[in-house]
Amino acid sequence: MIDHTFTNGQELLAICHSEQIPISEAAILAELSREEMDRDGIMSEMRLDLEVMRESIRVGLEEQQVSITGLMGEDADKLMAFTDSAVMGREMTRIVASAMAVTEVNASMGRIVAAPTAGASGILPAVLIQYGDAHDLSEEQLIAGLCNAGAIGMIIARNASIAGASGGCQAETGSAAAMAASALTELRGGTPEMCLHAAAIALKNVMGLVCDPVAGLVECPCIKRNAIGAANAVLCSDMVMAGIESIIPFDEVVTAMRNVGRMMHPDLRETARGGIAATPTAQKIAEKIRSIE
Amino acid sequence: MSISLFDIIGPRMIGPSSSHTAGAVRIGQVANRLVNGKVKAARVTLYGSFAETGRGHGTDTAIVAGILGVNPDQGTIRYAKLLAKEADVDIPVFFSSEEPEHPNTARVYVQGEDGKEYTYIGTSIGGGRIRVTSINGMEVSFSGEYPTLVCFHQDAPGIISKVTSILALEKINVAFMKVFRSERRQGACMVIETDTPVDEATRRRIVNNVDGITEACTL
Repeated sequence: MIDHTFTNGQELLAICHSEQIPISEAAILAELSREEMDRDGIMSEMRLDLEVMRESIRVGLEEQQVSITGLMGEDADKLMAFTDSAVMGREMTRIVASAMAVTEVNASMGRIVAAPTAGASGILPAVLIQYGDAHDLSEEQLIAGLCNAGAIGMIIARNASIAGASGGCQAETGSAAAMAASALTELRGGTPEMCLHAAAIALKNVMGLVCDPVAGLVECPCIKRNAIGAANAVLCSDMVMAGIESIIPFDEVVTAMRNVGRMMHPDLRETARGGIAATPTAQKIAEKIRSIE
Repeated sequence: MSISLFDIIGPRMIGPSSSHTAGAVRIGQVANRLVNGKVKAARVTLYGSFAETGRGHGTDTAIVAGILGVNPDQGTIRYAKLLAKEADVDIPVFFSSEEPEHPNTARVYVQGEDGKEYTYIGTSIGGGRIRVTSINGMEVSFSGEYPTLVCFHQDAPGIISKVTSILALEKINVAFMKVFRSERRQGACMVIETDTPVDEATRRRIVNNVDGITEACTL
């Protein structure tokens, strides 16, 4: 079997060009190169992921969510009810509300798909599924979207990080937004180069974003950061489809993100000691949660 | 090792945190597998970040769910304490302020219906993956992702080859193997991760036919 693995954006584009395939197919060929699963296996696994993603949006929007701490619950519903008045328009509102809905489900011990992490699990399903529903995309197309997103995530994980504890929130919701921006761009007929431009812009937009969860929990500000992450993905895909390019190439942006993550003080990397987590109100909330038995 | 597409998309899991929830379930599952699903009693102590943020992440509930045999993607995780009550299994969870070596650490004691007892330390190392670092006082290291055979034995020549030849006869392929010992010629422990599970008959053959093996358990 020909080795189709890639380690960065340049290698990914080279495979796309030589094989005349989109990024989603390059991701599948790379997975096949690992010789752990066949194509049917990959497809059925992705189908299961898509089903759980769809269900997590439905549960988040239709059923009442109460997080373990009771800190949050119904914000996605509030935004959804505001759809007709929202300046950002109907489609964007549905996407953003869905991203919050999934993260609310996550915080309430519901079932989600980590994409790439549980803390950033709202962005990719919200963008893909809501866009897919609005534009009558098939399940196969949405699976292609997941594979495209996976390729971007693999490159970021390899050359930077997808964990808040090592790279801050830029590595979690930033990576998820880059993945969703690229996937959306492929689904809209963008070239592999355009996908990487979209991913690069999405990462640049949140370069340096810290991971500062109140009381160390995946609730505040994570749920709202999933909202902005989904909006970031849509915005970047729109910019690229309009012909805008990232001045800095994707691979260089990923390296920059890794370096920024390394410069980030440990207090700003998921330890709940800095940023929003260090505010007096956050400290009070943390104290209250500690006293719950 | 190359990254898989499914390291990025997935796992399908119960939230809110892959390390604090999914990983905690997996640490609990080690107990369930050690006693072949027949848990009589168990006790859990959480350390480090598990202890600090465990309540808000449902770590305590998740680890109890794992001990009862629930999988990381099952919606019943959040009702684990109720499930334990229904099954009449007492599983108290303690939160310790002691500093562990790894931030997400749990110590689990489990007793099977056959009376066998195990105490192990599990750490959640990210993305829902775990590592067992100690079992019944012996330092070890394994992931629980493969069927695993743990043999406690004397530190003497020839024991390892006898165990692996029994596995070879049963056509059980060894994926990874590591031997740990407390001191030279004292107690030792071999951890063998295999592609197919080691059945009960094979486990017994190892305990009964290999001199120097004091105990063997599978998970």
